[in-house]
This record gives sequence, structure tokens and C-alpha cells, in this order.
Amino acid sequence: MEAFKDFVNHVTRPRVLFPLLLVFTVLMFPPNEILFKINKKLRLYKLWTRMGGIIFFSLMIAFFAFGLTDPNFKKIVTKPDNVPIVGLLFLVNFFLWVSMKQAYENDARMDEGKESSEAGDAKEKVLVWPDLVYIEFISLILCTILLMVWSILLKAPLEEPANPTVSPNPSKAPWYFLGLQEMLVYFDPWLAGVVFPTVIILGLMAIPYLDSNKKGRGYYSFKERKMAISIFVTLWLLFWIFLITVGTFLRGPNWNFFGPFEYWDVNKLEVLTNVNLSEYFYMIWFKRQVPQNIILRELPGFFLMVSYFGILPPLLAKTLFRNIFKNLGAFRYSVFVVLLLIAASLPMKMFLRWAFNIKYIIAIPEFFFNI
Amino acid sequence: MTVPNPLQGDAENKSVVATPITRQEQTASTEVMDRRSFLKLLFLGWAAFAAVAAGFGTMLLRYLFPNVLFEPKQSFSAGFIGDYNVGEVSERFKKQHRVWIVRDSEKIFALSTVCTHLGCTPNWLPNENKFKCPCHGSGYYRTGINFEGPAPRPLERFKISLSPDGEIIVDKTVKFQQEKGEWSDPDSFIVT
Ligand code: FES
Repeated sequence: MEAFKDFVNHVTRPRVLFPLLLVFTVLMFPPNEILFKINKKLRLYKLWTRMGGIIFFSLMIAFFAFGLTDPNFKKIVTKPDNVPIVGLLFLVNFFLWVSMKQAYENDARMDEGKESSEAGDAKEKVLVWPDLVYIEFISLILCTILLMVWSILLKAPLEEPANPTVSPNPSKAPWYFLGLQEMLVYFDPWLAGVVFPTVIILGLMAIPYLDSNKKGRGYYSFKERKMAISIFVTLWLLFWIFLITVGTFLRGPNWNFFGPFEYWDVNKLEVLTNVNLSEYFYMIWFKRQVPQNIILRELPGFFLMVSYFGILPPLLAKTLFRNIFKNLGAFRYSVFVVLLLIAASLPMKMFLRWAFNIKYIIAIPEFFFNI
Repeated sequence: MTVPNPLQGDAENKSVVATPITRQEQTASTEVMDRRSFLKLLFLGWAAFAAVAAGFGTMLLRYLFPNVLFEPKQSFSAGFIGDYNVGEVSERFKKQHRVWIVRDSEKIFALSTVCTHLGCTPNWLPNENKFKCPCHGSGYYRTGINFEGPAPRPLERFKISLSPDGEIIVDKTVKFQQEKGEWSDPDSFIVT
């Protein structure tokens, strides 16, 4: 058992867990035909069946049940702050599973030439009163009861009055901001706190203009909108749910990473000395002094950024995204690709930090310009 | 024309019923009020609203400048040099003045306790010989130089000087930033 706990502690270090989850999610929700074939060959789609669901959720429950026997795990998971996040993990997976199951069933029906199972819904007429209002009323009562029981069983995590000289260790944002807080570790405040949230909102607003696919409306289907579902679910699962989970369960004192079975040791020593790209470039690869001139110093970073946002989009338009480029036209394609690249830059930077301790790609602290 | 739409039919019915009533109301009101008195009332109403808003606005502005400020003084006395051991990071004034007093083999300086990332208060970890911020994990050496985590620049130092009778005076109104090359300023430390 100890060996298993050790194993879990190692796997849940983000530098391991994140790439694993990324590959897994992309395979589970394949955006294109090639990955779709791999998915089929590995029979991953079996998860979206009744049996797959039963097995998956039994494993999940078993893991938590086993974890509760461990004092460290139990302490984090049963903390009143964190209980809702445990619920969130189960709920997110459950609803994802339900909708994907329905989508795959629909896909199978439509392959046989039948209508989707929701097609009949539009013809059937249901009265708001009493049919809908009754359901709403009953849910209202159930939710109230749930909240009451909850508030009796779990104490609200109140602390002493705020004091600017005492920051609790670790200091955690409310759960819905933990994703942002996690981003703040890797990016400057103006990027993680201002630019990224804005881009996220603008990007969500742009979806209806970028997704011109007329299929899959009003009924569940995966096959007909693979790419859209894949992009959305990957971003949402990894950048929101995953980051919230990491912030809740895996960040401990001094904002260090701790495995779920690890003791939250305030004195845990983790060497995180960060290096800028310019220092890597000049001092480690060329064994020279970092130049004094700012422009010269940050040249490698500028080069990287320009090629990332300047050269990659046309290159992708010629290769991987050829069809998208044809469908969307130049303008909408550029918006799409830039949004996607910004989104992709997030995990890249995180990974660079985890794997190589890269601090900034471009670092001009003289002008508060750090990327 | 093509398919009878039940919804549209409904709307038409309603409007047929509704029009006579509104017309009656309109004629009724024009009898009581002509255009000029209406405009007068409108103007009065807006003037009253503007007056109230302006009143509240000035009260709000006044509120931003309180009569008394319950803040610790910006400059304070931090005892004598002999109170600090070489190699010590003193947390004596952290709570009240948000300052660490650090003494090394050559000098004493006053370090701000505000993380340069987003302003949390880092903790001094004597065992690891560093300041560590609990919010996003920035780490600083005892000199204040940032070396890990997201902090973009070193902690700030405050003006520190000796009074004629040998007391250490820390003045928080003047700060020295390393990235601007200000730490070599003789006001930012006391040679011991
Ligand atoms: S506020 Fe100190 S690390 Fe973010």
C-alpha cells in the first residue's frame, strides 16, 4: 500500500500528471480522424457505455475510499473548504460521461440512418404548469434540505479578522479563482490577472462566430463536431477543473506541491531557482555574459514570440488546419488560431517552468514587461 | 399567408383589444398637462436628481479624506545597532511597521515585508535561510533578492539612518529598489 501511495504522490506531481492528462483527454475526445482511429483501436470509447461508466466511477470511489484511510489524504479531502471540490470532481465526470454516452448512442443511431433520440422531443408538448413547475419545486426543496444538512454537518471555515501582516500559509483564493491563482505562479500579474481573463471571455464570445458547423444542434453528437468538443473539453478540463483541483488538493504550505498522501510539511525544501530564457541562451548554451543592452538581451525571447504568433499561424493554415482555413476565411481563421495559440501557450509555459525552471521568455523588469 | 401561426394570431388579438384603452389615456393626459408644463416638470425632476447626486458625490469624496488617520508613523525608531546580531533577520517590527531589520557582517538594512508579486506578506524561514511567500510561492534571499516563484523584482528597502544618540531610524517614505540600482545608495543601509 505504501508503494501505491508513493506511486500516486509521484504521478500527481503536475509535471507528470499534466502531460498524462493532456494526452489522455485528447485521445478520449479526438479532434480529428487520425486520433479518432487511435481512440477506436485502443477501444477508449468503451468508457462512454454503461459498463465503462460503472467501472470508471467504481474505481474513482474506490480510490477515495482507500484514500480516506490515509491521515494526510483524509485531512485535505474532508476539510470543509474542500468537500465541494470532491463533489465537483464526481459531478463533472458524471455529467461528462452522461452526455458523451448519449452522444455516442446518437452517433450509432444516425450511422444506421435513424433519427437522433432527441428528435422526438420537439414534437412532444409538455405544459409548464404543472409539469415543469413541479419538478422545479421539488428540486428547490431538495436543494434546501441538502444545504441545511450540509451547513449543520460541516463547519463554515471562518478565521480570525483579516490582518495585512499575516498571510495564512498557504493562502488560497476562493475555489473558483484557484485556476487564476495557479496561473499567477507562472505569469506576471498583468498577464495572468488581466490579459488572460479578458482573452478567455472574448474567446468564449467569439465561439458562435468561429464555429460554423451547422450540425449537432439540439441533440447530442460527438462525431459531427469532434473538433469543437475536443477543444472545449480539453481547455475546460485541463485549465479550469484541473487547475482548481491542483490548487485545492496539491498546493500546500509555501505554495509547494504536495502529493495527496504527503504530509504538509511547512519546512519542505524544494529548490525552485528560476532562470530566464536569456540567461539560458547566453550563459548556459553560449557560455558568455548576458549582454547589457535590453534589446540584445531579450532577442531570443522576441524571436521565439514572433515566430510563435507570426510564423505558426500561416504554417498551420497550410498543414494541419487546411480545412479550417478554407471554411473560415483569413480573418476568422486568424482570430481562431491566435486564440488557440494563446490557450496553448499557457500549458507550454507551465511545462517549461516545471521541467526547466524557465521563469520568463522575455524579461524586461525595467519596464514591467515580462512574458 | 402560408401556415397559420397560433402565436402571431394571439398577438394580433391582444393589440386589437389594447389600442382603444391607450388612446383614451393619451387624450385624458393631454387635457391636464400641456407641453410647456411637462418640460418644466421634467427639468425640475432632473435638477432635483442632479442635486441629490452631487450631494452624495461630495459626501463620498469627503469620506475619502478622513479627519484622523490611525496609522503607525511612517518613520520609527528601531532601537540600537547592538540589539541586532550579525546574521540576524529580525521580525520585531513586522507586525507594527511591516519591516524586517536585517544585519549582515557589514551593514544593517530595512526590508519591506510586501511581496513584490501581489502584495502578500512572506514568511521568514530561518532553516532555509529565505523569505517565502504563501500566496504563489515567491522566494527571496535574506538580502531581498527574488530567486524563485513569480515575483518580478526584489523586495524593497527603506531609508535607514542613525540619530545623533545612536538610535536606528527607519523612514518608510523613502524606498530603494534594487532593479533601479538604488541599493548602493548610502541612505539604504547603515555600515556597522
Ligand atoms: S503575492 Fe507573493 S507570490 Fe504572489
